[in-house]
Amino acid sequence: MVLKVISTNMAVAEAVKLAKPLVVPVYPITPQTSISEYLAQFVADGELKAEYIRVESEHSAISAAVGASGTGVRVFTATSSQGMALMHEIIFAAAGLRNPIVLVDANRALSAPLSIWNDQQDTISERDSGWLQIYAENGQEALDSVLISYRVSEDNEVLLPCMVCLDGFILTHTVEPVDIPNSEDADKFLPPYKPEHAFLDPERPMSLGAFTDPDYYMDARHDMELAMERSKKVIEKAHQEFADIFGREYGLVEKYKCKDAETILVAMGSICSTIKDVIDDLRSQGEKVGLLRVRVFRPFPRDEIREALEGASQVAVLDKNISFGVGGVLYNNIKAKMDVNAYGFIVGLGGRDITPKHIIEIINKTKNPITDVQWIGLREEEI
Amino acid sequence: MVTIGAAVKEPGSTRKNKTGSWRTFKPMLDKDKCIDCDNCVLFCPEGCINQEYDIDYDYCKGCGICAEECPVKAIKMERD
Amino acid sequence: MEISEKEFLAPGHRGCAGCGATIGVRLALKVLGKNTVAVSATGCLEIITSPYPETAWEIPWIHLAFENSAAVASGVERALKALGKDDTTVVTFAGDGGTADIGLQALSGAMERGHNIIYICYDNEAYMNTGVQRSGATPYGASTTTSPHGKESFGEDRPKKNIPMIMAAHGVPYVATASISYPEDFMKKVQKAKETEGPAYIHLSQPCTTGWGYDPSKTIEMGRMAVESGSWILYEIVDGHFRVTYRPMQRKLVDEYLNAQKRFKHLTDEERQRIQSHVDAVCAELKI
Repeated sequence: MVLKVISTNMAVAEAVKLAKPLVVPVYPITPQTSISEYLAQFVADGELKAEYIRVESEHSAISAAVGASGTGVRVFTATSSQGMALMHEIIFAAAGLRNPIVLVDANRALSAPLSIWNDQQDTISERDSGWLQIYAENGQEALDSVLISYRVSEDNEVLLPCMVCLDGFILTHTVEPVDIPNSEDADKFLPPYKPEHAFLDPERPMSLGAFTDPDYYMDARHDMELAMERSKKVIEKAHQEFADIFGREYGLVEKYKCKDAETILVAMGSICSTIKDVIDDLRSQGEKVGLLRVRVFRPFPRDEIREALEGASQVAVLDKNISFGVGGVLYNNIKAKMDVNAYGFIVGLGGRDITPKHIIEIINKTKNPITDVQWIGLREEEI
Repeated sequence: MVTIGAAVKEPGSTRKNKTGSWRTFKPMLDKDKCIDCDNCVLFCPEGCINQEYDIDYDYCKGCGICAEECPVKAIKMERD
Repeated sequence: MEISEKEFLAPGHRGCAGCGATIGVRLALKVLGKNTVAVSATGCLEIITSPYPETAWEIPWIHLAFENSAAVASGVERALKALGKDDTTVVTFAGDGGTADIGLQALSGAMERGHNIIYICYDNEAYMNTGVQRSGATPYGASTTTSPHGKESFGEDRPKKNIPMIMAAHGVPYVATASISYPEDFMKKVQKAKETEGPAYIHLSQPCTTGWGYDPSKTIEMGRMAVESGSWILYEIVDGHFRVTYRPMQRKLVDEYLNAQKRFKHLTDEERQRIQSHVDAVCAELKI
């Protein structure tokens, strides 16, 4: 293992190097661009032995990924925002075809207005696709999650693609110390990909991508529902094995000082680091607050969230996304799946900064709610 | 039971679907007249004429291309 | 050139009686053989050959969407290379819709990158699978459901988009036009495409009984009339060198070809003359 002080984008590139995909079709887009550049350099230097396809659009990137994955090799791609939106059609198809593709998305706001800055609308908008979704809090988790994703996606009980989501600029361009596993340990955790179910081999011809009439389609989709259900156990097993080899523990969620908390904040991604700082401060002043960080968003860890929020008097759910008229998606998913005194807060859209002051404002507003969903941090004249 | 990703593992399985039931007219090939030009073999959309010029009536849709393209009119379309 | 006796496209598929697309695929695969992976765009060919749980394909086959068959083929080709299976042929079958219109970007990208793939566009001159809507490849004067002739319109008022020339402009080392009615010419071109290092593009004219409006038995005859009248020209471009591969002995008048199809029946003498003049001009240049 090597400790390097690198950006999360570089950490992702290092993870891809360890995962050894054979085909990497990738199209650059801010703020993912340096991932595509680092990987290109690795390939050019022979450090990553992959076929790097300089596709002409994100739609072609994910299409080539499906072609390569369907043929039977491990693939990697990455994108962000507009690119993810352009991939949308094929994102659904890739899950339906059960290709174990791993994709890293640098979370960035969706146009319009045009923004290159962070929020999570892009990947949240793909939540119905059948892809697994992991939201990383920091660079180390991003690196680790790429390896874990391959392990889970390629499991025959799952065979669903996975996207690892990192907050654009906030994580992608922030430099932190990251422990890069050595190759032998990575190989131990992640063996080579050997497709058992479907592949394109003239010795054993198969047809992938058939059309289904009403007699078959719904059952194929139900199979995906079951696979998503099964993936929870596979993820937990992978987390355990990862901890055994690398010593870092992950869960579907992370509970931070929730045990006796009266107010619990729920959030995903890098904002959780800010929240943890605020909680430490408030705890030292005697306030009983905690954070439930949702790391795996799909499959939705309903039981784990419900269990973590059990003792709280009130819950504040922070969403870096908006479903107009209804509130944030994480908030709505939680309210739909459990009986909890929760309030939704829309934060950080288009890179709007979220400071400890805002977190405290959220905690106060949760204790004295005016309405179920509130937007935090708007410009003065908006309010 | 739908396969994972609706993958079809049995190549050529459309053979289970006997499209011969579609036709109204049926090609009758006279092997005595036949000059082995292979037009009918090449041009059949179903590929259901074999190298010996036997027509597989399980699949023949009666399109009539074979009769039309036979240079010696060895194939006649008859009402099925 | 080895022409396999085996059928790599099984019967029982849902193609119309007299379908030209399946003729094209059968001929192509007889040349390409068993060690081939096929990629299809959404369209007639894909739908008629892959009704779950059946498939007509005897070789590995993948379909993803309408506009990305060239991108899918790019991924397949690189994956096969990574697996050390360089000798496996990757062939894409896409219609004129999935090539000239919605598929043009992916095709352009794949060709620019120089993947070792054969791209065969089976051109029936409209979006046939969904009921004969016009495409960029619909010829001038044709009546389709989205360019119908009516009291104030004579139908398609734009000329056919010249995809083979666009491919040549990409520097694709082997570009050819072909017709299912000239099977030897087509199969020779498929063989040349197979032997080409890098991308190869074949634009295959494929008459469609349902969309063009003629008796199913005339599918091959229709393709012949197109070529014999100079409406469709058979040529190849090898590393930039252009060569006509078939010259009709006596070029026929376009009228015979137009009159044989419902989609052109409505054209006035003025419109027919315009078409004849255009064909004359193109053929004069090529000495056809």
